[in-house]
Amino acid sequence: MRTLLTVFLKEVLDNFRDRRTLMSALIMGPIFGPILFAFMINLSIDRALDDAESTMELPVIGQEHAPNLIRFLESRNIDIVDGPDDINTAGDAVKSGEHDVVLVVPAGFGEQLADTIPAKLELYSDEANSQGEKEARRTRSAIRAYNQQLAMIRLSARGVNPRLLSPINIDEVDVSTPSGRSAMLLGMMSYFFIFALLMGGMYLTIDTTAGERERGSLEPLLSLPVTRGQLILGKIFAACVFMAASLMLSLIAFYVVLKFMPLEQLGITPNFDLGVVAGAFFLLLPFILLGASLMTLVASFTKSYKEAQTWLSAVLIAPTLPVLVVSILTLRPQLEFMFIPSLSQHLILVDMVKNEPLNGLHVLISVVSTLVFGALLTWACARLYRREGLLG
Amino acid sequence: MIKVDGIHKSFGTVHAVRGVSFDAPDGKITGLLGPNGAGKSTTLRVLYTVLKPDQGTANIDGADVVSDSLAARRNIGALPHGAGLYPHLTARENIAYYANLCGIDKSEVDDRVSSIVKLLEIDAFADRRTKGFSQGQRTKVSLARALVHDPQNVILDEPTNGLDVMATRSLRHLILKLKDEGRCVLFSSHVMQEVAALCDDICIIANGQVAIDDSIDGIRERTGEDDLEEAFVCATKMVGEE
Repeated sequence: MRTLLTVFLKEVLDNFRDRRTLMSALIMGPIFGPILFAFMINLSIDRALDDAESTMELPVIGQEHAPNLIRFLESRNIDIVDGPDDINTAGDAVKSGEHDVVLVVPAGFGEQLADTIPAKLELYSDEANSQGEKEARRTRSAIRAYNQQLAMIRLSARGVNPRLLSPINIDEVDVSTPSGRSAMLLGMMSYFFIFALLMGGMYLTIDTTAGERERGSLEPLLSLPVTRGQLILGKIFAACVFMAASLMLSLIAFYVVLKFMPLEQLGITPNFDLGVVAGAFFLLLPFILLGASLMTLVASFTKSYKEAQTWLSAVLIAPTLPVLVVSILTLRPQLEFMFIPSLSQHLILVDMVKNEPLNGLHVLISVVSTLVFGALLTWACARLYRREGLLG
Repeated sequence: MIKVDGIHKSFGTVHAVRGVSFDAPDGKITGLLGPNGAGKSTTLRVLYTVLKPDQGTANIDGADVVSDSLAARRNIGALPHGAGLYPHLTARENIAYYANLCGIDKSEVDDRVSSIVKLLEIDAFADRRTKGFSQGQRTKVSLARALVHDPQNVILDEPTNGLDVMATRSLRHLILKLKDEGRCVLFSSHVMQEVAALCDDICIIANGQVAIDDSIDGIRERTGEDDLEEAFVCATKMVGEE
């Protein structure tokens, strides 16, 4: 027990003095998620506001041929500006990026309308350009509304009830709650937490395995009258402490960021109060042992510090895979999923953020199965540490 | 007291050690001499129990290095070749870490570390972090931490490698001091003069086998060479190349 404690305390002290470990554990890992998240939320708020309220400019060639259409567009917050002089250059102007969209009203537009022939308009846009695609969509929907208005007037003029044109009317009822909608956006949060906690232990696990071997300090250590199992356990527990600190910081950083985000503007109110912060911490705690032993195991197989770094970067991505598969297939939480570490934490965390009642059995299975995986990997590390090949 | 009896060790297809036997008694310095790649380090690594022999046995004060490796390690202070320190810890912390791991009573750790620091004359840099230490300083600290639990047997793998003249001299004094305290010192080198200057017994290893195991005078006599270097070359040839 004293050996374990000695190793643990030494690793904590040693790594606490290592600027690189400290940076990745206490700054990079915890801050990376919230910053990226704040950035993305801001972007989507900007875009959402853009669509609804802002006025857009629409270059139109041949405005004089359709004064009513122009007026209608202007009433829809679309500013009409002069397009290129020549109809033939409209396509080129869009292609060159001078304009995102150009609407062309041919000379015969008014006559065709009067003769009740489908009147032709031309809309030039570059659908590969996301801004152009958005403006074209908005223009199209405005013109479609104008089209419908004209059709109704025509039918009324002929004594036909315009309602005949819409035999079915769909009433959509969205039952999602503001917290529920936030889950989609906040679903990636769980990954940031797992990422932060893995980052917290990454350099430490490299340092205590490949690093110790590369430095030449492993061999004298192994020649001491202690069992290797105690050495490796002390090292894994030290990594766990850094990972827990990293996780805690990451949760707090998210808590702070969400406080300052105008999420109501997106119509979402995530349930992320201090209670959820604490709940998430305890939910992810078992994953720390799993992560620490997994990284130690992988780093033990590598020949050098650099090689360990490469492999552990891959380990950082591994926990996303089950989460990714489930979100692509849009699967609902099921009992079986709770046996899969990272996925079970993700699903339970999403439920927490959605403010839905937690399934106690799910939480229990998640905690126990993750702990069992962690214990198995720790055992595997201890086995591996007994190999002669460890010295490389 | 270290006893080695017919150990073999292979790495893949390389048969590094082929039946090495020798005794290293207490109160004497035993030198393991041989060219690079002769199997010296492998033999020593078997003795401080980080490698297991494929065949043969070895024991430290009666404790078998395989079946009773923990007891064997308790009686060894080992300085492996190219031993590294923890760069973020001070020299004193490096030594105290080992003292704690060796189970020295908590109240005695500080005293023990201080006395070994004084013995090895590392007071001047004992409280500095070991990052940037010279090779000589590193070797001294490594040795201090290997000796902190007061082991009866001391195993040194090429300790003078990379040391300048002054550092080598002071290390030599230390090794003699350990001998005078009645310890068993086993140390390897590929430098003839060094072994000759220090050792009571010399075990010449070549090609993973013991060529000669005798006192310096004995070796001179058996090879018929007065010059030790010639004797070394001659003994190495006895085993022969394969």
